[in-house]
Amino acid sequence: MSMRTLPLLFLNLGGEMLYILDQRLRAENIPGDKARKDEWREMDRKRVMNDIISTMFNRKFMEGLFKPQELYSKKTLRTVYDRLAHASIMRLNQASMDKLYDLMTMAFKYQVLLCPCPKDVLLVTFNHLDAIKGFIRDSPNILHQVDETFRLLIEVYGGLSAGEFQQIRQTLLIFFQDLHIRVSIFLKDKVQNSNGRFVLPVCGPVPWGTEVPGLIRVFNNKGEEVKKIEFKHGGHYVTAPKEGSFELYGDRVLKLGTNMYSVNRPVETHMSGTSKNLASWTQESIAPNPLAKEELNFLARLMGGMEIKKPSGPEPGFPLNLFTTDEEEEQAALTRPEELSYEVINIQATQDQQRNEELARIMGEFEITEQPRLSSSKGDNLLAMMDEL
Amino acid sequence: MVAADSEGPKEPGVRMFHRERSIPLRGSAAALCNNLSVLQLPARSLTHFGVVHGPSTQLLSADPEGVPLAQRQLQSKESTRVSPPLITQVHWCVLPFRILLVLTSNLGIQMYESDGSFMVFCHALDSGDASPAQAVFARGIAASGHFICVGTWSGRVLVFDIPAKGPNIVLSKELAGHQTPITDIASEPAQGQDCVADMVTADDSGLLCVWRSGPEFTLLTRIPGFGVPCPSVQLWQGIIAAGYGNGQLHLYEAATGTLHVQINAHARAICALDLAPEVGKLLSAAEDTFVHIWKLSRNPENGYIEVEHCHGECVTDTQVCGARFCDLSGSSFAVTGYDLAEILRFSSM
Repeated sequence: MSMRTLPLLFLNLGGEMLYILDQRLRAENIPGDKARKDEWREMDRKRVMNDIISTMFNRKFMEGLFKPQELYSKKTLRTVYDRLAHASIMRLNQASMDKLYDLMTMAFKYQVLLCPCPKDVLLVTFNHLDAIKGFIRDSPNILHQVDETFRLLIEVYGGLSAGEFQQIRQTLLIFFQDLHIRVSIFLKDKVQNSNGRFVLPVCGPVPWGTEVPGLIRVFNNKGEEVKKIEFKHGGHYVTAPKEGSFELYGDRVLKLGTNMYSVNRPVETHMSGTSKNLASWTQESIAPNPLAKEELNFLARLMGGMEIKKPSGPEPGFPLNLFTTDEEEEQAALTRPEELSYEVINIQATQDQQRNEELARIMGEFEITEQPRLSSSKGDNLLAMMDEL
Repeated sequence: MVAADSEGPKEPGVRMFHRERSIPLRGSAAALCNNLSVLQLPARSLTHFGVVHGPSTQLLSADPEGVPLAQRQLQSKESTRVSPPLITQVHWCVLPFRILLVLTSNLGIQMYESDGSFMVFCHALDSGDASPAQAVFARGIAASGHFICVGTWSGRVLVFDIPAKGPNIVLSKELAGHQTPITDIASEPAQGQDCVADMVTADDSGLLCVWRSGPEFTLLTRIPGFGVPCPSVQLWQGIIAAGYGNGQLHLYEAATGTLHVQINAHARAICALDLAPEVGKLLSAAEDTFVHIWKLSRNPENGYIEVEHCHGECVTDTQVCGARFCDLSGSSFAVTGYDLAEILRFSSM
């Protein structure tokens, strides 16, 4: 419902993606010269992170993102991250990309749900950006891009009212509705139950500026307090110790949005037991989608702003596996429940004949009339990417 | 002076609540406020429930044991704009001669026969003067006499004149008083000559407007906000109960707008309030997973507003988004939660 949700969604999901990629890249064994192994690994990891981050924070792309607009479908957003993940020499196959997206979405869903107050989602975003700045601290140009986005966030969101943040929060939660993928790091930390639902603790700090529940105050006609009554509210809350900083630099206080992965905590997802509440999800992906044309326009606008680096010279793209072994990755691809497959805009994959024809028609229109400003190579890139997903 | 809350039942009628059989839903509840409407039909031993899922709303009816008997899904009207349809609220409006089911969405307002079988009227929202950053939607529904009042994103409240039967529903006036999106509207039958206020509207800035209803609606008083939204409001015997985004529950004298009671009721935003008007019970539900039940009254000597905490229920791991009493004595209530595909029921009977 809120028209200001997309930048927050994009930046936080992007931040989670970078945490996961960074963790996997550190854990990955890259074949190469034994003597040069460590050096090459570090260099390539930094390069991958730099490439993705600089693509993500491209100025034109950000300007398009920050324009007030509705949230588009999950499919469209997924396509953007597919593209982003391939903005460097790293290659992810379908199974790993699916897992990456599952982890990203569940992590941000958790963060939004657990924010003590709606405005805290901005602190979560700042936590992600602070960490991103850490990844590229040796690259002043990219650092500058990230700082510019930071300033844009402060400018756009700094002055929004509590009511507007509540709308943003509701819009985000509606976007994440019915996603219950179990993430092993969440299960281990007991922040997620085995049924996929998150634990909502009834203890901890209340939002900054609010009072702990349990008190009734009675006033007379003149506004003077005449009575105080306590009641048992059932939780164990405490006052917030400190306010998080909404400046470019500062202590955010809130831990949500900081990096929870490390090399020793592998990330796995469980696919079973999550298919029960997906009625609405499958409904969305099967019904003919009259928004497809608008979504393609949106994608084209975003892609137009993205400058994708293609691998140059004889260097091969190196594959990244989000699973522990190649066999696991293959197995995951084979056993992924039908209803959890992300039907990214892909003409071949749809089984529905009507939808196929409709999309083909839209793609046809799109190619000829919709984006005359796109140079033919960019247009081809877009369509080629669509087809290969 | 601090008085400790005494443990255990305060009067024979107040007992502990226990979980009853849940009612399954086809789709989970959306993270909206006031996301449960209940229509009690004790004469037919039936209760109707309405829950917003997102682009659709689910209606179902159940017997006193909670066994579902019939269900129906209503979709939001077809969108001619780019934005996907999203229903913001569903509410049964009980009028003198008929009951209508009202749906508000980001497209407009739809009114149905009470069982949802037939759409009687629809009204598209005019988004003409919205800035690009403003989301356009309707939200906040209440019946007042033979009118149905519906709030909008701009703060304007639309007043529809409802005939005793038939589809000739007319938009008769628009009330100005708010500048930010309406969150909720509450009304009660006029209490007599002294008590003139019978409608309250609330908005995202926390502002409350107190009205005397038709044929001309008069703004009696305004109660300013204090930096947080007021997602839910109730009106009982001239007492306004307002739930706020900071978890506080305020009780105001409607005639004057004076704050008489301030309760630190919840640790997160309040998302729903409901009343059992025959007994003066108030229910508050919030994103902190708690539902609290309060007893409202007036001091017989001086007429001052008094409140007593009756019960607190923790709905484990559930971000509550709707809560309603299910019977006139306030002895049972139902709760919906974000992402939850069932209606939870609690009873002390």
